[in-house]
Amino acid sequence: MLKDARVGGWGARLIGIGLALGFVALILLATGAPPFQAISLLITGAFGSTRKIVDVIATSVPLLLATSGLLITFAAGLWNIGIEGQITLGAIFTVGALRLFVDSGAPPGVAILVGMIAGMIGGGLWAALAGLLKIYGGVNEIFSGLGLNFVATSATIWLIFGPWRRPGVGSMSGTEPLPPEFALPQLPDMRISAWAVLLSLLGIALVYILLRGTYIGLKLKATGRNARASFVLGIPTSRYTLVAFVLCGLLAGLAGAVQVTAVYNRLIPSISSGYGFLGLLVAMLINYQVIWAIPVALFYAALIVGSIQLPIQLRLDSSLAGVLQGALVLFVLIIDGVRQRLRERG
Amino acid sequence: MEFDQLIIGLAGVIATASPIVFAVLGETLTERAGVINLSVNGMILLTAMSGFAVAATTGSVLLGFAAGMLIGALVGAVVAFTSITLRQSQVAIGFVLALMTRDLAYYLGSPFTGQNGPRVPPAPIPLLSDIPVVGPLFFDHDLVVYLSFILIAVTYLWLFRTAPGLVLQGVGERPASAYVRGVDVNRQRYFYTILGGALVGLAGPAYSLSIKAGWQGTISGLDGIGWIALAITIFGGWNPLRAATGAYFFALLQWLSLVLQPVLTGIPSQVLQVAPFPLMILTLLLVNFGSTEWVRRRLSALPEDQRRAVNALIRRLNVSPPSALGTNFRKQ
Repeated sequence: MLKDARVGGWGARLIGIGLALGFVALILLATGAPPFQAISLLITGAFGSTRKIVDVIATSVPLLLATSGLLITFAAGLWNIGIEGQITLGAIFTVGALRLFVDSGAPPGVAILVGMIAGMIGGGLWAALAGLLKIYGGVNEIFSGLGLNFVATSATIWLIFGPWRRPGVGSMSGTEPLPPEFALPQLPDMRISAWAVLLSLLGIALVYILLRGTYIGLKLKATGRNARASFVLGIPTSRYTLVAFVLCGLLAGLAGAVQVTAVYNRLIPSISSGYGFLGLLVAMLINYQVIWAIPVALFYAALIVGSIQLPIQLRLDSSLAGVLQGALVLFVLIIDGVRQRLRERG
Repeated sequence: MEFDQLIIGLAGVIATASPIVFAVLGETLTERAGVINLSVNGMILLTAMSGFAVAATTGSVLLGFAAGMLIGALVGAVVAFTSITLRQSQVAIGFVLALMTRDLAYYLGSPFTGQNGPRVPPAPIPLLSDIPVVGPLFFDHDLVVYLSFILIAVTYLWLFRTAPGLVLQGVGERPASAYVRGVDVNRQRYFYTILGGALVGLAGPAYSLSIKAGWQGTISGLDGIGWIALAITIFGGWNPLRAATGAYFFALLQWLSLVLQPVLTGIPSQVLQVAPFPLMILTLLLVNFGSTEWVRRRLSALPEDQRRAVNALIRRLNVSPPSALGTNFRKQ
């Protein structure tokens, strides 16, 4: 997708980033906040201590899993906006499976493994639904995805206030926590699970190999570049569309499973934490090139962790991080467009 | 008494649908010109916040609406510039703006959260509002609701009964032919993307200054409505009347989910509240599945008379988007 026009545009990309920072600085100035302090707090706030760096890495896990899934659907030319719901379904399936193991006496390792696999299945099924609606129903994946996101969220709320209610009365704080042994083991004295980090790196590595070096990846990309031509040339494009959705759903479901087993240890109303939509931004910012996924996901995770300091230190709303995350993509897209126009003219 | 309550409820449905009506009318115009503006959800939040902030600061509800329209037009202009002039993907730019304007609303709005502000006063129309049934349903609202009625009619007539409306249809369906006939396609697209943005920009203040008066930050309950408005635009088949009907239908479903809750005790309330979304997907399925590969293939295997009947049915259901929707236009 216009790749050659974009490769090597590092100067342009830096200009885009500079403009995004300038835009956020202007907003800060207009609201009477100290722009330099706020932006540096946003970026460096995440690196103040080992504990915060660990937080950044932990935050990047579900984001990276979501991004790697989305790189597959993007390769197939699909806008999988339903990823938020796929993460949510992953979390629901994981909690559901783990609940079966409570008081069963089964080894926790087995329970966690089954829970993670269940989560992947949940995400994969929800994504398959969007894929089937597109292929057999002609429903654009953006709209089915949005609808399914809402359905997934209300399913969570229904479970929290209904069948999985806390003993006594249900509350927005979520279901009763699962037994602590059903959580992924954490590193000593740190709120991070090496297993979760490993899974996210494995996910991105598999996507890299899939898209770079396999026949399936090639056909996926062909479907994405030009579906009609691919179909005429004998690629079953419907099948590859479905494959892309399911693969993305599996990774999104795994992200949901990680949210349960490594972060919350229960089901909460907004279990996907917006990582799906953020993953879409990351995928766009790296121009769908897999190798950049890890550093950019880490940077976006750092902005999230850094923004927690905003209200505490500067009494600013933490949503500023989202403004910067969006502005970066917006201005990089704009600068890309300007470069292409200039090239055409010159 | 039961009947009175029904009328009051339905009048409420008509009122609560009005911001969605503004949004779907604006998006319909923009998409008719061949541009899809995906940022509606964030735009509604940003214009709701800024409309409220301006009205609360100046004390003028009118200025609040003006601010909403201005910001809506501005976001429309950004979409137009990046997608038409810079030829970036309309979906990408719209999605980024949807997220960014939402967070911008929460960030900029935080000082105004929970504050008191002015709201649009009720304005029952004399005489007309006294007519039984019709009066309370349609003529006992505020100016925002009346404006939504007027705009439905104006947009419909503009699109299907005027010369510029015909040009607009041409720009979205056959941009190349429109260009040959002397129409500046990209200028039209700019115009309708900005105009559509301004209309969507009415939706925000309609919430924050009338339907759900006030600004409550992330718990304002407005997040998600813009995505629904986008789905309703498709449901409406890019026809202002059908789109408005979709908006009323959606508001009706939401009201029913509240009213029926105590009656249908077997069904959890969360299921009812979310009912509009599967219905929306189902509707999109109904209007679209006729044009899919496999249905076409199945149909060609049917005997002639059956095929004709099924085809006629599909054609009735089918709505086709403006052919050039989402594409860029370049002069050769």
